[in-house]
Amino acid sequence: MTEPSTPPVPYMERTRNYYRAMGYAKDYIWAHYEDAPFTPLAKPLAESRIALITTASQKDRANIDAKGVKHVWAGPTATPPDALYTMNLAWDKESTHTDDRESFLPIETMQALATDGRIAGLTDHFFGVPTAYSQRQTIEEDAPDILARIQAEGADAAVLSPL
Amino acid sequence: MSLVARHLEANGIPTVIIGSARDIVEYCGVPRFVFMDFPLGNPLGEPWKRDMQREVAGLALDTLETADQSMQTIETRFVWPDPDWRGRYNHLDDATRARLKAEGDERRERQASAKTLKQS
Repeated sequence: MTEPSTPPVPYMERTRNYYRAMGYAKDYIWAHYEDAPFTPLAKPLAESRIALITTASQKDRANIDAKGVKHVWAGPTATPPDALYTMNLAWDKESTHTDDRESFLPIETMQALATDGRIAGLTDHFFGVPTAYSQRQTIEEDAPDILARIQAEGADAAVLSPL
Repeated sequence: MSLVARHLEANGIPTVIIGSARDIVEYCGVPRFVFMDFPLGNPLGEPWKRDMQREVAGLALDTLETADQSMQTIETRFVWPDPDWRGRYNHLDDATRARLKAEGDERRERQASAKTLKQS
């Protein structure tokens, strides 16, 4: 593991202080594990099909229901969308922007790497996963949904790039 | 997103996360993590900088290929051009605190009246 060159921004602390300032008494509890599962690549990278996963929503917000709940969604990698909806996510809106979709979801970048022979290619779709307050929703509903979808498309590995 | 990576990995799909919230991702514990020390929003690199985005994507692929154990963090070599960005996200000054308190009060009031409406 490389050590940080500069102390990283303390996002958990800043988020806690933000919600305390709003007057919420109970802090959000982030997921925490002492270890993590590990699966090595089953075949060489050049023969592997990659699934891309984002936390952004569809541009027309079709993955968000009338109650404002976000759902798992998929978009075609052969004809990628020029833009996605990100305003409901907690990115640094004062320092940057998300007008360049490749800056957070690298579809064309990965396709170029496939052309160079670095990977076999992308799955037919990329996938959107909700950033849910409820960890139960992520663990019991959204993560199994994503797994089933990427397995159905023959993914050998996944690259996840949350905003 | 970290929980999704853990679920995929536990079910036979190798994963790599490219992200900027190092403390949150490492606190959760994930198999492979490429850390981009940038403002949240552009984990692959500065907007429109295709060479940088390609290098970061390539680094993530390298990590998929070479990592031999879980909870591996690799840091990219890139530095965000504006050195003042680190202090900005959720910065709390007096004016912001007052605004947030008012927003929180309003939200709680709305929720309370919705609840009363439901019960009546």
